[in-house]
Amino acid sequence: MTRRVVITGLGAVAPGDPGVKAFWQLLTAGRSATRPISFFDPSPFRSRMAAEADFDPAREGLTPQQVRRMDRTAQMAVVAAREAVADAGVDLTARDPGRTGVSIGSACGCTMGLESEYVVVSDAGRKWTVDHEYAMPHIYGYHVPSTLAAEVAWDVGAEGPVSVTSTGCTSGLDAIGHARELILEGSADVVVAGATDAPISPISVACFDAIRATSPENDDPEHASRPFDKRRAGFVLGEGSAVMVLEDLDAARARGAHIYAELRGFAGRANATHMTGLRPDGTEMAEAIRVAMNQARLDPSDIDYINAHGSGTKQNDVHETNAFKRSLGARAYDVPVSSIKSMIGHSLGAIGSLELVACALAIEHNVVPPTANLHVPDPDLDLDYVPLTARDHRVDGVLCVGSGFGGFQSAAVLSRVTS
Amino acid sequence: MIATDTAVFTGMDIIAPTGIGIEDYWSATLAGTAGIRPIERFDASGYPVRLAGEVRGFDESVRVPARLVPQTDRMTQFALAAADGALTDSALDLDTVPEFGRAVVTANSSGGFEFGQRELENLWSRGSEYVGAYQSIAWFYAANTGQVSIRHGFKGNCGVVATEQAGGLDAAGQARRVLRNGAGVVLTGGTDASLCPWGFITQLRTGLLSTRTDPSRAYLPFDADANGFLPGEGGAMLVMEPYGSAAARGARVYGALTGYACGFDPPPGSPRPPVLGRVARRALDDAGIDPAQVDVVFADAAGTPALDRAEAAAIRDLFGRPVPVAAPKAMTGRLYAGGAALDLATALLCLRDQIIPAAAGVTADPRLDIDLVTDASRPAAIHTVLVLARGYGGFNAAAVLSLPGEE
Amino acid sequence: MTTFTMEDLGAVLKDAAGAPETGAWNDDVLDLPFYELGYDSLALLEVSARIGRQFKIAIPDDAVVEMKTPRIAVEYINARITGA
Repeated sequence: MTRRVVITGLGAVAPGDPGVKAFWQLLTAGRSATRPISFFDPSPFRSRMAAEADFDPAREGLTPQQVRRMDRTAQMAVVAAREAVADAGVDLTARDPGRTGVSIGSACGCTMGLESEYVVVSDAGRKWTVDHEYAMPHIYGYHVPSTLAAEVAWDVGAEGPVSVTSTGCTSGLDAIGHARELILEGSADVVVAGATDAPISPISVACFDAIRATSPENDDPEHASRPFDKRRAGFVLGEGSAVMVLEDLDAARARGAHIYAELRGFAGRANATHMTGLRPDGTEMAEAIRVAMNQARLDPSDIDYINAHGSGTKQNDVHETNAFKRSLGARAYDVPVSSIKSMIGHSLGAIGSLELVACALAIEHNVVPPTANLHVPDPDLDLDYVPLTARDHRVDGVLCVGSGFGGFQSAAVLSRVTS
Repeated sequence: MIATDTAVFTGMDIIAPTGIGIEDYWSATLAGTAGIRPIERFDASGYPVRLAGEVRGFDESVRVPARLVPQTDRMTQFALAAADGALTDSALDLDTVPEFGRAVVTANSSGGFEFGQRELENLWSRGSEYVGAYQSIAWFYAANTGQVSIRHGFKGNCGVVATEQAGGLDAAGQARRVLRNGAGVVLTGGTDASLCPWGFITQLRTGLLSTRTDPSRAYLPFDADANGFLPGEGGAMLVMEPYGSAAARGARVYGALTGYACGFDPPPGSPRPPVLGRVARRALDDAGIDPAQVDVVFADAAGTPALDRAEAAAIRDLFGRPVPVAAPKAMTGRLYAGGAALDLATALLCLRDQIIPAAAGVTADPRLDIDLVTDASRPAAIHTVLVLARGYGGFNAAAVLSLPGEE
Repeated sequence: MTTFTMEDLGAVLKDAAGAPETGAWNDDVLDLPFYELGYDSLALLEVSARIGRQFKIAIPDDAVVEMKTPRIAVEYINARITGA
């Protein structure tokens, strides 16, 4: 019997206030959460803005011990996972834990904690042979990104397949795609899947400065993330985590679960061209879309919304616009396409999970979130990018894409489940 | 006979503290040569641990294209070199496999840490404008997969798995999924090189490392004198293909990945038991074989008494008979993302040459009641190998490798 | 007056991004596009950053994009450091 994988619970810690509700309100209001960086003094940097989450781990229910042990990346993932599991209404403790999996994506692991510890043990960069005696006891948990999945697995009680997927900026989509496969192949019945990243730290800001990937237009932080706009100037760094509960359709129905959507197709491809560069034709992303659509057994006409990568670089905007045309043909011109990075910035590996949650909610509410800050359309781009305001729109099928360093291109297809 | 869609290994390359390249590594391993030595890559005199399995004699100017050296960490240089070697070893003509049917799936444990330490130092001691353009692509966990994909034009469903030291097996399991989804070839494996001061001190804090100064008495898995492990660097890359196309092109087949499973331990302090035994059992079920058909077990061999006891118990419970146990890690140290990948490669060489390497210098603790191969390599009839791996935090994975053809 | 030569550029490139793929670094390659010499956008950003630090000049994004060949780069950098 062929399994079908559905989404039955959602959790999010996004820029702005935590929780799925606040996240969806932000998106549908077309409001931006980008602002001047408050975590450290950003004045020496080229790009001094970020989409920060107003996240207090203690207020979200983590114990002082957990707060001390976990980097912010892990804290956000655990909080998002708890929300997703509660939302799904599934009692994981009453099930065989060996049948529960965890799949977490992250591009840069515990960067914040690692950097702050580095500063301590190196005496602010003065020592190469850093001082081990000053390192915090849990530093190894920061050193290995696998900790992020371990913390979630401990918290939800999973003893099945547990892993971190770290494919740069497609990590979120890829981790959830992996979770889907675990259920399809029968390795797990329920997978708590998502992604998390908290990269707003001097070293990350500096490394994107060095390649001029982030926007330097610091005088208007709230409107600095401008995908598909002629005045775009690079991405705005973000942070956050989103987690979803995935399970087999029949099992979800049997327990009377609310089903947001079916995760019908997923595929990843690589451009094998350049670690950061994209060719304008979008061939590889188009191939990923084509394969995901085939798995989903959907036609271009079944896609009602495209959640774009839309990072805010000219290179990306051209690349994915061409990928949509190449894979969906004439339908590409009729489907609303938007980038929520215009509102919540680019949280690297986490963003794909936040985007998939937004896609599930678009199906749930029949609302397409907008591309904020899109005032001056780029004349070279000729699709419907849903400028400024959310749109009431029947959404039964969604395509969500991601593109990242390493040349990775990923595509996921979601659709409404009808009884 | 195995099915035509079974995943088989047709090529590999190894970069290890005991040898670079298959034959150098394998002859050193069979001879029981130790790769654990005083650390030379940085001044470790101020640290409580001063030994490691360093790779000596790796010349990146020969093994890695000049353009890629300044933009990569040592872990990626190992991956690029080993991927080249593995493809050559496989004798696969890549032009016969469509670009979208070639994928790379690697394990990564901690990223390009040495590169990262240099850039952190530039940032904090000199200023943000001193952080180089390559930091953005050199330190992250996807660097190895990305660079290898670009170098060889692998445009398929690429991946990066982080499950600490279980990663090499989980990457192979993921590679097998990618093959099942239609790929024609997958490069898999893992390489690690976290031996810089900043990477090293994070490991010191776990309390799991041996603080001994005598290299021959430091990392002694399953020994009554076990007192922790030592880190190492390096790893292996392997070429995986479906058996049908490998056989059709007359490829040399080292062995098949006939079974794989993974699982996660309950939280620390939980009354529930660790899952290693269950995971091993599921891998055998996946392979469709009984424990009686396993000829040798490659142990995780943690080197700390409690973890060794737990693994020995899992092996005893699963087999209920003395099964030969190999722990070649004793010679190299634990290579993190590279460790289980290297064990896979070593297990394939066991299948090739019908001999089990000894854990040199180790005396098995009789209380553990396992048949650990020590003293000298042991010739044996080997058709099936079970490889076990555990990663920090509770990751467990098991893989079953079998010779194709006869039963 | 400080001047910046083809040789200086070659040295920074080699250190920052490796030797050119064509092997030679001389006047014959002055007008070859950087990408034909095997240097990509990241290499040019790294080289620009290093030169910028050495001569205490800020090289704007547009200028990096416009530096398509060694000749253009050497001329641009000379113009900047000799006082424009």
